[in-house]
Amino acid sequence: MYDIIGKKYLFLGISAILFIAAVASMGTYGFKEGIDFAGGTSWQVRITENPSAEAVGEALKEKFGLQEVIAIPEPTTKSIILRLPELDEAMHADYRATLEKEFGAVEELSYEVIGPAVGNELRQKALWAFLGVLIAISLYIAFAFRHVSRPISSWKYGFVTLATLFHDAVIPLGLVAYLGHTQGVEVNTNIVVAILVIIGFSVHDTIVVFDRIRENIRFEKSSSFSFTALVNRSMNQTMIRSINTSLTLILTLAALLLFGSANLFYFVLTILVGVVIGTYSSIFVASPLLVLWNRR
Amino acid sequence: MNYRPYRFSFAIIAVTAIAAIFVSPQLFDAHYKFRPWKLGLDLVGGSHLVYEIDMKDVPAADRDSVAEGLRDVIEKRVNLFGVSEPQVYRAQSGESSRLVVELAGIKDTKKAIEQIGATPSLYFAKKVEFETDKGEKIPAHQQTALTGRYIKGAQLSFDPTTNTPQISLTFNDEGAKMFGELTGELVGKPLAIFLDDKLISEPIVQEKITGGQAQITGRFTIKEAKEMVARFNAGALPAPITLISQQTVGASLGTDSLQKTLYAGLIGMALVMAFMLLYYRGAGVVAGFALVIYVVLTLAVFKLFGITMTLSGITGFILSIGMAVDANVLIFERSKEERLKGAAPETALEEGFRRAWPSVRDSNITSIITAFVLYYVTTGFVKGFALTLLLGVIMSMFSAITVSRALLRSLTVKS
Repeated sequence: MYDIIGKKYLFLGISAILFIAAVASMGTYGFKEGIDFAGGTSWQVRITENPSAEAVGEALKEKFGLQEVIAIPEPTTKSIILRLPELDEAMHADYRATLEKEFGAVEELSYEVIGPAVGNELRQKALWAFLGVLIAISLYIAFAFRHVSRPISSWKYGFVTLATLFHDAVIPLGLVAYLGHTQGVEVNTNIVVAILVIIGFSVHDTIVVFDRIRENIRFEKSSSFSFTALVNRSMNQTMIRSINTSLTLILTLAALLLFGSANLFYFVLTILVGVVIGTYSSIFVASPLLVLWNRR
Repeated sequence: MNYRPYRFSFAIIAVTAIAAIFVSPQLFDAHYKFRPWKLGLDLVGGSHLVYEIDMKDVPAADRDSVAEGLRDVIEKRVNLFGVSEPQVYRAQSGESSRLVVELAGIKDTKKAIEQIGATPSLYFAKKVEFETDKGEKIPAHQQTALTGRYIKGAQLSFDPTTNTPQISLTFNDEGAKMFGELTGELVGKPLAIFLDDKLISEPIVQEKITGGQAQITGRFTIKEAKEMVARFNAGALPAPITLISQQTVGASLGTDSLQKTLYAGLIGMALVMAFMLLYYRGAGVVAGFALVIYVVLTLAVFKLFGITMTLSGITGFILSIGMAVDANVLIFERSKEERLKGAAPETALEEGFRRAWPSVRDSNITSIITAFVLYYVTTGFVKGFALTLLLGVIMSMFSAITVSRALLRSLTVKS
């Protein structure tokens, strides 16, 4: 049997460092908002002549007097993704005509315009969804463990779940902020969905450990047992299954990451990182927190 | 034991076989057309347009009927594009009323947007002379107040002598009065008719016309005339609309993403099955088999309910494959524990199912909570993800508990 609780400060320390790094990354780099939040135009074009993304960006910048045009090459479809201010249909036609004049035939793979009002709304909805899922799950855990009141009350299970899930959401968000700075990855609805999926999945492993603690407490005859030892035993009993359940999801995510559509690469990557962090936290963060809280 | 696991297992396998034929009839008959898959705009290509309705000048009590009327008019216009199953529906967001138009497989989005937003721009004009700075007199057209707004209906007819197509317009009461005044004023003079800012005819007014009827004869083909008639009959928009967001995806991008995602899904599923087989051996084979049943039955449910498959929806489903075996893992681990304690295989199995159940239930309920929140706060393409995830979780609970239990019982009883 591994003495995980005995090394709790080491494991909590690792988590704390990752958490602080993530918060620092968000603080330093901020988020690059995608058009669904910030508003604007995203335009994916394939041009027969296959000019460089920079050349296309420069051409539009010059012709329309734009401050900045973000042009990112997308090699798997041999296309270029352009980020532009909000365009109307007449301007869309002008832009297209300009590209055709400069570089030849243009095929539009996708074209998306979102007005600032819709963007604000989606941003708010995303925030509500995030808080809604966190709180609803924590309340459910407090409810599901309502019969367990000794030695610590059920709402503490809920609260520890909330803290763990928040931790699992913040670390991948820190990564997204960093990738935003280095790779131009944007925070959009997809990333928010990814974070919610992480929260929804990460809680599974936490439940498995808590459920075992709940069960072991029920079988405890004497009223003065060691909670610390019980938690440690429960963790050891469930560790393999926590890892295995995550592993099956990691396998599907890895397949999606390596062979799936390029459009969803960062979506899948965010979930993958979150699932790994979530598995770690349900073993090495949630239960130690429970023990620490009991000791006070 | 009055429960008959063999019979139940057999029933499940039979149902799955039927579901498999339903899910992919093309394997048996390439021309099968019954209940085809509904593919989302992001896969077949198409446009998702969101319009804001300007309700500024509409009294609060009438807003609902105006929005409904607007939806009808736009639906009529959209039906003219000839795309399959266009969707026009209302959406409310806080104070603002919106209209969402979905056009699957449309080629020319620009034209569609123009036609959706267009007031049938017909107007009548007088000929006037316009004096330049240099004193030259240039003939020009001056638009009158009589426009397409005052038209009640239109019909295609043919000129009895030349047999060329012509459009008969019927004005509403106000329009009839205006038309009467205008023709009265212009007897012996030309009256120009403009459609979409193009002069289509300029007949000389013979006499004052009071009946509220007008014929336009121009140089248009039957097809053009039919289109115009349809547009007039669809009517004018009861309130102004503005396009606030659009998403258009070309068909080629969609096909490419679909193929890659499906391929990745198959690989992911194979990996999960291989893992279960290597780690849990015999029980793993059953879990793998239950996973196949899960995939087939869930796809059948998607198809049966006509759920639109989007790229994010398919991704959500693939993720659910990775989660579907989780219950099996929990149950198998638990059975293993019981066996180590010295329980007989049958008892160990039953205990495994019984004692793993609370954690299986709790984790699935949290997934359902997540899917619900996602469904209610997201819009458009992402909604598909929430829906497939939700159905996937529910189906996986069924397959992990019922299906694998029946299969395992059949096998354990035998041994």
